[in-house]
Amino acid sequence: MTTIWNSYRYLILRRATQIGLLLLYFGANAWGWTILMGNLSSSLFINIVPLSDPYVALQMIAAGAVLATDIIIGALIITMFYLVIGGRAFCSWVCPVNLITDAAAYLRRKLNIDGISKRQPASRNMRYWVLVLSLIISLMMGVTAFEFISPISMLHRGIIFGLGFGWASALIIFLFDLFVLKNGWCGYVCPLGGFYSLVGKFSLIRVHHTMENCTSCMKCKTVCPEQQVLYMIAKESTDVLRGECTNCARCIEVCDDEALGFSIRKLVKNKRTGE
Amino acid sequence: MENRAVSDRRKFILKMARSAGIAALGGFVWSAYVDEVTASQLLLRPPGAIKEEDFLKTCIKCGLCVEACPYNTLLLAKPGDNKPMGTPYFIPRDIPCYMCPDIPCVPICPSGALDEASVTTDGVLDIKAADMGLAVIDDESCIAFWGIQCDACYRACPLLGEAISVEYKKNDRTGKHAFLTPIVHSNICTGCGLCEKACVTEKAAIFVLPREVAMGKAGNYYIKGWEKGDEKRLENAKEIKTTTEISKDSAVNSLNSDSEDF
Repeated sequence: MTTIWNSYRYLILRRATQIGLLLLYFGANAWGWTILMGNLSSSLFINIVPLSDPYVALQMIAAGAVLATDIIIGALIITMFYLVIGGRAFCSWVCPVNLITDAAAYLRRKLNIDGISKRQPASRNMRYWVLVLSLIISLMMGVTAFEFISPISMLHRGIIFGLGFGWASALIIFLFDLFVLKNGWCGYVCPLGGFYSLVGKFSLIRVHHTMENCTSCMKCKTVCPEQQVLYMIAKESTDVLRGECTNCARCIEVCDDEALGFSIRKLVKNKRTGE
Repeated sequence: MENRAVSDRRKFILKMARSAGIAALGGFVWSAYVDEVTASQLLLRPPGAIKEEDFLKTCIKCGLCVEACPYNTLLLAKPGDNKPMGTPYFIPRDIPCYMCPDIPCVPICPSGALDEASVTTDGVLDIKAADMGLAVIDDESCIAFWGIQCDACYRACPLLGEAISVEYKKNDRTGKHAFLTPIVHSNICTGCGLCEKACVTEKAAIFVLPREVAMGKAGNYYIKGWEKGDEKRLENAKEIKTTTEISKDSAVNSLNSDSEDF
């Protein structure tokens, strides 16, 4: 039992957080709960605290909207929060699409699809291009461009307010991740992930690798959705500092040798080494 | 060594060109879609909604107004609805706006897309100031215009007698009956849609349209001379210069000329 808990503790916590948040949002619309109202674009926590998606706020600025105080405060709170717990913690702990893409990645591993085709003919920097493009289109069309096509909002809104054809976008992402590109949506395309990667460059909570304990089994790299951030495995003891790390902690729990764990980034030391 | 450099540079240029190509393709499809989906005009927004153009950039699509509505009037546009994704709207024939005096959908809006000031009179929330749309009547399918007595819309109107009044006219067909026909007053109507919901015809003969769709505009050149102050609008009128060339022939010549010249 302890071993099961040990090797799945973060996964269980993540699923509990993801589904719990969905339930709170769903309950707000269905049964009038007031703990967390709205959706991931903007919410109201316990009827007082506004929370807003900073990426949407950016698009609104690009589109030429006047930002209301609630949106500014909400976006700042969310940004500060992810500056502490890790930018892309949103992706692995909150985002509902993560449930789909993790399922696709799991199935991909089980079907050994990567064994058949190893090449990933795309650049992970694509998401930053999409991010820039979304702001350009917002600017030119005067609307929040990504919000009109975002499968994240579609799915999340769909679960709370009624899905419509939103299931199709979920299915497309599942099939894309399963057959076309490993971790394709979250790891290559999603501009929200790109945005939180940029925030994550500066965030405090980090995965730390202790090389002395590492046996080079590479289990961590197999489960990692952003393998490139684990370049230091079996090479040097350091924090995982790339913003793309989602702090999903799968690497920590699959490691049998205590070579990975959460740590707080050492800001002072980083300054000296120039990182 | 030099060959190597050239090939690297070529690779880099090709890579950039490729990225630009993909970005252009994606950007084109993306903006075309956004343009299409935001072009839909026949949408009724919640009370206090700012101008549609600004609404589309300001609404954050959080659905708090939808959750605040006690009558489940408001909906969020889903994929497949062919409306701007995630924005709130309502269909009065299904569920109209019941014009709550405390307007719960407006103050909760975090983005200002629903503007509290626009539904406030003298510092108090005033749903009568709301402008969701304007009811229009199709007098061909409205049975009151046939001479059948029906005042369903008149009775359903929350601003009874103000937004819709009934006009009395003689029915010449029978010679002894009256037409009691509804008239909507655009300066009072809030577009709540209770009339549309109440309308007895198979497809509502009175229905709410966004105000800018429902109304024409006379412009600044036509003035009600009998109304004091209306002349002021002339100040906004700009001079228009005709650019058509005027014929230099005399009027007589033009009368005598062959009609083929025209």
